[in-house]
Amino acid sequence: MTIGVVVFPGSNCDRDVRWAAEGCMGIPTRFLWHEERDLSGLDAVVLPGGFSYGDYLRCGAIARFAPVLEEVAWFASRGGPVLGICNGFQVLTELGLLPGALTRNSRLHFICEPTGLKVHPGACRWLSDYGEAEAISLPIAHGEGRYQCEPATLEAMEQSGQVVLRYQNNPNGSVGDVAGLCNPTGNVLGLMPHPERACDSRTGGLDGQRLFASLLG
Amino acid sequence: MPRFHARVLISLRPSVLDPAGEATRAATGRLGVEGVSRLRIGKAVELEIEAPDADTARSRVELLSDRLLANPVIENWELELSQIVTNGASLSA
Repeated sequence: MTIGVVVFPGSNCDRDVRWAAEGCMGIPTRFLWHEERDLSGLDAVVLPGGFSYGDYLRCGAIARFAPVLEEVAWFASRGGPVLGICNGFQVLTELGLLPGALTRNSRLHFICEPTGLKVHPGACRWLSDYGEAEAISLPIAHGEGRYQCEPATLEAMEQSGQVVLRYQNNPNGSVGDVAGLCNPTGNVLGLMPHPERACDSRTGGLDGQRLFASLLG
Repeated sequence: MPRFHARVLISLRPSVLDPAGEATRAATGRLGVEGVSRLRIGKAVELEIEAPDADTARSRVELLSDRLLANPVIENWELELSQIVTNGASLSA
């Protein structure tokens, strides 16, 4: 079991993901520079948080064209587990692996605090170790996390159980309280909260651990 | 090869909340300007492109606008295209 962690110019949570996976959970990782194309030997890929390519133009807009993401899209299409955290979630929407877009928080502030979530795991393999409607707490840290999509798109995702994480006290104005989404086949998860910052008891809660542990199950 | 100047005007779709625009609108009154009822912030991208003719230039910039410059999920865009003539002036294309 090895997790690939994509590193864009401007990523800043890549080492946090490595610490969570390797240091806390004992799962080896390999950094994938954005120009790489070799995903051989990897069992899962994480797109970490940060400000890829400076978030110029729009969050994730330029990262979407990184060579490594062509391979990640191919990996995902074959059922490979892909996790996009914060900026990684923004990249997944720009890439079209998840619908909708992340926009400026409704109250404009960059919000950095623990936030209460409800988990609805459904078929999402990253969340298989959580209970239905389980309440957890994960930190958020974003200025552009307001999830936005067409009402019909949201309705369809509600029906198919793709809205797998919801805010309990919607901090950013996201439609449907959406904090995280899964693709229909359950292998691609995008979320604004940071599970990798909730894996070490010295830095807060441990509610993120089971997300990484699900890969071992 | 003819050169063209393109200006792509990108705006948030009307259904998308624009909190930065609303904050800016709230500031207009502080300058003593009353009556600003709506303010939306977008982007303008200017670029120059070489292409054999105006139709080709237009279709290339349309592709860029749709796939890179704007995100159609949340944004609309409009394209203004003109040919750059040798004396630096431009002709509407």
